[in-house]
Amino acid sequence: MDKLSCSASAAPPPDDTCEALAPEALMDDTDRRLLNRIQSDFPISPRPYAQIGQELGIPEKEIIQRMVRLKECGIIRRIGGNFYPRKLGFVSTLCAAKVPQDKLARFAATVNRYPGVTHNYTRENAYNVWFTFIAPSMAKIEANLRDIAAVTGVRDIINLPATNVYKIRAHFDL
Amino acid sequence: MVDPKLTELEKQIIASIQGDMPIVARPYLAIAERLGVTEAVVLNTLRDLDRRGVIRRFGATLRHQKSGFRANAMVAWKVAESRIDAVGARMAAFPAVSHCYRRTPSDDWPYNLYTMVHAADEAACREIARRMSEETGEADYALLFSRRELKKISMQYFPDLAPDPEEG
Repeated sequence: MDKLSCSASAAPPPDDTCEALAPEALMDDTDRRLLNRIQSDFPISPRPYAQIGQELGIPEKEIIQRMVRLKECGIIRRIGGNFYPRKLGFVSTLCAAKVPQDKLARFAATVNRYPGVTHNYTRENAYNVWFTFIAPSMAKIEANLRDIAAVTGVRDIINLPATNVYKIRAHFDL
Repeated sequence: MVDPKLTELEKQIIASIQGDMPIVARPYLAIAERLGVTEAVVLNTLRDLDRRGVIRRFGATLRHQKSGFRANAMVAWKVAESRIDAVGARMAAFPAVSHCYRRTPSDDWPYNLYTMVHAADEAACREIARRMSEETGEADYALLFSRRELKKISMQYFPDLAPDPEEG
């Protein structure tokens, strides 16, 4: 295995710690092949890394070593399943709010407290806070949005439920 | 709403793989031991969930900022409802587009088609949006660059059934 190492800190770094390092410095071609293979169709078989290793012509042990390093370097966020909320009895939506700067910290903390809020970003727009919300029903989400408005005093919150999905992909070709 | 009719074991197994699975040679054996079932039961249940289309994607999730895609923009489009399926399909075909959704607009936010665009930098995102506009003839759009990540997690669907993170 090559001697590429990640940043000085051993713990998985927050997103900005390795910011100075170009992605090319963190991955070699074998890492790229592995990452292109591992983002979907993770084998449902007793030794998944052995199976991937067979496909790529790399020993299981090396696959595991590379995976551990890519995880430590922060390139891999997690390994696991992603589900269709509807198939599990949940609904999801995208919400946006117009939040004055002096209320932003409180608003973010209030919204982030909901386990069903999975993504939350500030964006450059009059609607400056955008978050996704997953819950057992849309009525529940709307009730939560009313509570958020009441607690934070932020009245301009919009709910933009999806009515059609043309594409959903989280696979990045490296 | 659909009744998904999941068994308790299915929920336990979903809860076991929705977080971050340990990178070990036999990850399913580790899950099986924790749940007190055999590895074969875990594998068969997962295969069945996969066949039923419950699992959207199974594998590694990357920090795309760290893998060369440093900028992302949500591009919101205002498209005539009569054209929206055709336009959505064409925009979805752009490789830089990871998500493309039709959404119900609100009174003071008229945009009804949403695309997530990933690229090396913001200039590249703008250029991709410009090409999408050119190719579809849709000119009414807003680029919303993310400025700060306030939260990003994976949904924990059945938190009571999920493994205790302290257990490792």
